[in-house]
Amino acid sequence: MSVRLDCTGQLCPLPVLELARHIGDVEVGDEIVVVADDPAAATDIPAWCRLRGHEFAGAEGNEFAVRRLR
Amino acid sequence: MSGSLSGYFDAATTAPLHPAARAALEVALDDGWGDPRRLYGEGRRARRLLDAARASIASSLGARPDEVTFTPSGTAAAHLGVLGALAAGERRGRHLVASAVEHSAVLAAAQMHERAGGAVDLAPVDATGRVDPGAFAALLRADTALACLQTANHEVGTVQPLEAVAEACTAAGVPLLVDAAASTGRLAPPAIWDLLVASARKWGGPAGIGVLAVRTGARWRSVLPDDEGEAGRFPGGVPVPLAVAAAAALEAVEADREAEAARQSALVDRLRAEIADRVPDVEMLGDPVARLPHIVAFSCLYVAGEALMTELDRAGFSVSSGSSCSSSALTPSHVLVAMGAMTHGNVRLGLHAGVSEADVTAFLDALPPIVAALRERVGASGL
Repeated sequence: MSVRLDCTGQLCPLPVLELARHIGDVEVGDEIVVVADDPAAATDIPAWCRLRGHEFAGAEGNEFAVRRLR
Repeated sequence: MSGSLSGYFDAATTAPLHPAARAALEVALDDGWGDPRRLYGEGRRARRLLDAARASIASSLGARPDEVTFTPSGTAAAHLGVLGALAAGERRGRHLVASAVEHSAVLAAAQMHERAGGAVDLAPVDATGRVDPGAFAALLRADTALACLQTANHEVGTVQPLEAVAEACTAAGVPLLVDAAASTGRLAPPAIWDLLVASARKWGGPAGIGVLAVRTGARWRSVLPDDEGEAGRFPGGVPVPLAVAAAAALEAVEADREAEAARQSALVDRLRAEIADRVPDVEMLGDPVARLPHIVAFSCLYVAGEALMTELDRAGFSVSSGSSCSSSALTPSHVLVAMGAMTHGNVRLGLHAGVSEADVTAFLDALPPIVAALRERVGASGL
């Protein structure tokens, strides 16, 4: 199962906060996609992954993919 | 130092006016108000004061007096340093290299150069904000007219490998502009540069005085309209009393630099250790050792930088932030982005001579409950 979080219009840290709330919605090894148009998201989502031990699986436009690792 | 300064932690933006600057300013307001370019008595008195201020600042910076130009700010000095070196280096080419974490004044001048048809390459930095000298050197080309590197980063404090980059520039025949605004009066002045930029308000001088030093023989020309000010290097008159005060502050700060830097650096060590210990989910930024003695920066997960600044201000602490919501631009600090650091919940502290151990203790006691309350407000506790 994959989960998609629409955080369009939200300013950081809200998209990262949504991501933290919902990372548990996917199984370990699965991806969660955050849609965010705040320019800070492009830096903050990979940084959150680094701090929380998950994998940043890449960005496409405003869509940021995160793989749950634990 | 007065009690009202006890919560002031933004000396990296503007240091409180040094007492020596205040004393010099009062004298210079009486004796140095005339135009130093005029030949009558009032002008000659102002000229003598200005010459002495220039000689003093040159000596503190390791420059010759005739290499030093006063500008209205560090920003203006950076703009003119970059654009003037590029203008004078056009025969070599129109390529500029700078680190990705230079002050926005340097990068704004680079962007202007790019809009005018020039080429710009930015050297990447590691997670601490340090440029890789090899990567920087690899960007230098036969048509590179100027390279720019700061002595140390103004937002996270990391010291740059200036010597290695300067060697590469010398080998490639590329002039080097060194932005020493963050480190002047804090670290020993850099030895190798073709152009040097500094700002008086960051060393305890008054706002309104920037310094652009151009080495004898370095290629540089003013890009502003012709004027006799500063020997043709900057139009208009220098505010002589401010220049005198800036020189007095730098002399006083330099006389005590090593002892004061050691004191502040120990406070920074304590701040780095205890913030990491007492605030959960905080990322301490910058190099813990190879850093400026007075800057501490960190980012708190799930906290908005603006809210954090507001709450700290309410508790009596003045800090700055590189988070996007706390700047007038809606983009986060380019320094934090280049480092790949968390950009929200960002705080920078800049210490100064008036910050005591007790002030640091007060900040360390105030910060954890403020961060906890902000996290609770957005439902981030326990995430």
